[in-house]
Formats: sequence, structure tokens, C-alpha cells
Amino acid sequence: MKVDGIENGIVLDHITAGKGMLVYKYLHLDRLTSQVALIQNCSSGKMGRKDIVKISEDLDIDLDVLGYIDPGITVNYIKNGARVEKKALSLPETLTNVLTCKNPRCISSTEQELPQVFKIVDRNRALYRCAYCDTIVRNEELK
Amino acid sequence: MARSIVNILDLSVDEIHHLLDLADDIDQHPEKYQDRCAHKQLATLFFEPSTRTRLSFESAMLALGGQTLGFAGASNTSASKGESVADTIEVISNYVDIIAMRHPKEGAPVVAAMHTSVPLVNAGDGGHFHPTQTLADLLTIRRTKGTVEGLTIGFCGDLKFGRTVHSLIDAMLRYPNNRYILISPEELRLPEYEIDKLKEAGAEFVETKSLEEAMPELDILYMTRVQKERFFNEEDYLRLKDIYILTPEKLKTAKADMAILHPLPRVNEISVAVDQDPRAKYFYQTRCGKQMRMALILYLLGLDK
Repeated sequence: MKVDGIENGIVLDHITAGKGMLVYKYLHLDRLTSQVALIQNCSSGKMGRKDIVKISEDLDIDLDVLGYIDPGITVNYIKNGARVEKKALSLPETLTNVLTCKNPRCISSTEQELPQVFKIVDRNRALYRCAYCDTIVRNEELK
Repeated sequence: MARSIVNILDLSVDEIHHLLDLADDIDQHPEKYQDRCAHKQLATLFFEPSTRTRLSFESAMLALGGQTLGFAGASNTSASKGESVADTIEVISNYVDIIAMRHPKEGAPVVAAMHTSVPLVNAGDGGHFHPTQTLADLLTIRRTKGTVEGLTIGFCGDLKFGRTVHSLIDAMLRYPNNRYILISPEELRLPEYEIDKLKEAGAEFVETKSLEEAMPELDILYMTRVQKERFFNEEDYLRLKDIYILTPEKLKTAKADMAILHPLPRVNEISVAVDQDPRAKYFYQTRCGKQMRMALILYLLGLDK
């Protein structure tokens, strides 16, 4: 399969195979009017298989969300057909309005206008805690 | 931003040491402090009823010569009309010099702390934190054992929902060489995140179901109530509520100088016959609680010196 390169926009490379749809969903790419390609299961020398997302628009993407979904993603910014910047990601310190606290006793469950804020507690295990009630959320809970 | 105490760990070890010393001085020289908070006002905002904690805060403020106002139970407040914690605190902090707040929702004081313009103390948020209870526990331990280090502490009962247990473990982990014996049924074990803290601190700890086996080793026995309000299921509550009952018989193997603590209220878990035992310190603990709240109010208002 051949998907053309893009002139101006962003290429999200080295996405763990199978996580491409999560990236698409959490970056709200369905809302864009520009061209977007999600390529699943590309062959990769380093990873075996990987997903790639190409966005033909210079979008201000939420790198925190992306880092949380998969800290191994590389973000390539493309201008006039050439890469002008490459960013490696890491797990963000704070996540706002990405995860939802599942604790029914948490203040965020009754006061809906509060932002859902989570802080990192363990980088190796990608564990985050609710900033209000300290309930721990694990990475695999993102769907 | 005004200083708020949401969690016992919001106070440094040095600050806690200062508060313990201040409480001791209040105990010995109450007259020195009786007018310190003259013309200062404490609001006790209790969105969930609690007789003891609210009265302890109010009596602490009155003993310092200050005044109090507030409510108990959210049913006839603006919260029942749907007002947010943030808005309530924005308003009340314009009325008073310091706030003590209890709320049934966990994390409500974190929100309150972001919106208050005066010092705010968490007086309990659901099953989460209750720092002034922990201050009371620490003072009781230091006064009865002479130290907060090198002790074997048994926590017995509901270690899952018992917020006082979690906070006291967090506080005691900052002092060296304490051992922890965690006595509970399987369903009410200490949560994994608290176990992780014990492991990370390299603390010695044992989990057991038997109070009798643990008893001879203990310097402190911290009993807890199985709290009905923390259960979603009545059946589970009924099955677990009377699982540990401390009696004079069970105390026969305990050390002569062990101290029995309980955050109160007690239901069945300590037989009233134990009240006469000199090791029973749970009523004395409430005196310590009032004095620690006095010390904390003075400190947060900058009136401790």
C-alpha cells in the first residue's frame, strides 16, 4: 500500500502497532477537514510493526495526551515537503481532561465542572493519581 | 495563597515537632493562650455531620479566646441548592480568619484549598484524609510512649476504608525504626498503595488476621471501627462489623505499658470493660486532639510565638 508524503503538517511515527486508533480518537482527528491518514501495521526495522498517522495540517496537537497514549511516538513537523522539527515524547507530569476518575466518592464525580486532573506517580508503570482523591489509574484503562 | 492543610504530609516533620511542643505548652500553661485568638473567627463547615471533630475544633478556638460560626450537615445550606465547594469557600473565606471543613466527597478540600483566601484545615474528606486526627494520634503516642520512633504499632479492624490508619502510617513512616502489624480480615486489608509506601520506605511490616497473635508484640494498638457509611453493601457490613472485639481477656498477653488508641466513635470493637484499664488512652486522645487543634490554629494564624 502506498500513502503519499505530505507537504505541510505532522507525521506521528513509531506508534505501537494497534494504538493508532487511540491516537486518532484522543487527538480528535475526526473533527479535522484536512486529509488524515492512519496506517496500521507498517513494517518497521526497529519495531517489527508500527502504526503511523499523517495529518496534512499544521495542527497544535496535545503532546501530553500523545505522550500518555504512547511515549515512544516521534512527532515530525513537515514544511514544504521537508522535516523541520522532530520531537520525542515522554509521559507527561500532569494530564488534564484525558482520564476520568472512577472513584464514586471523588469530588469530581459530583462537581462536573471541575477539570479531571491526574498527576504521575510512577513513570516505569505509567501510573497516575487523581489530583483530588488520589485514586490510581493505570495506562491500560484508556480505551 | 493561604496555607491549607489537606493531608498530614502538608506539614513538615519540623512543623509537626513544633506543633507537638506547642500542644505540650498549651497543656501546661493554658492561661498563656486563652486570649491569643481574641477577635479571630473560625468557620466550621461540616457538609457531613461529625459531633466530635466539629466540637473539638470549636472548643479549641473558644479556649484560645476566638469565636466560631458554621454549620453541621449540608441539608440546609447552599450546597443542597447545588452550590459548588469552590463558590462556598470563595464566600466564607471573606467572612472569617480560618476555616475547618469536613466534606463527604474525597478531594473536596483540594478544591477548597485552591479557592480560599484564609488558612483552611481539612477536618475529614470521605475515606481520604483527616490530618488533625493524625496530629491527635501523634501527640497521644508521644505523650504515652515518650517517643514516635522505634515503636511496634498494631492497626486493627478496617484498614481499607480507615482514613485515620492511612494518615497515621504516612506520618509514622517519616520516623525511623517503627514496625507495623496490620490486623484485618481479607476484605478490609490495607490498600495496595499504602502497602507500596511501607515497602518503598523499607519499613518492617506484617499482615495478619489474628489480633491475639499480634498482641504481645505491640507498643501501640490502634483499633478502628468498621464504618457502615463506607459500605455500599449492607450484607458485607453486617458480616464484618464485629470481627474484632477488644476485651480485658485479650489484653492479658499485652505489654504492661501498651497504649490503646481509637479515633472514636467506638461501637462494639472495644468492650466498655477495657475503659478501666490504664492502657486505654482513647478518651485521653480526644484531649490531645483539642490541644493539637489549638496548636494548629495558632500556627496557621501566625499567633504561635
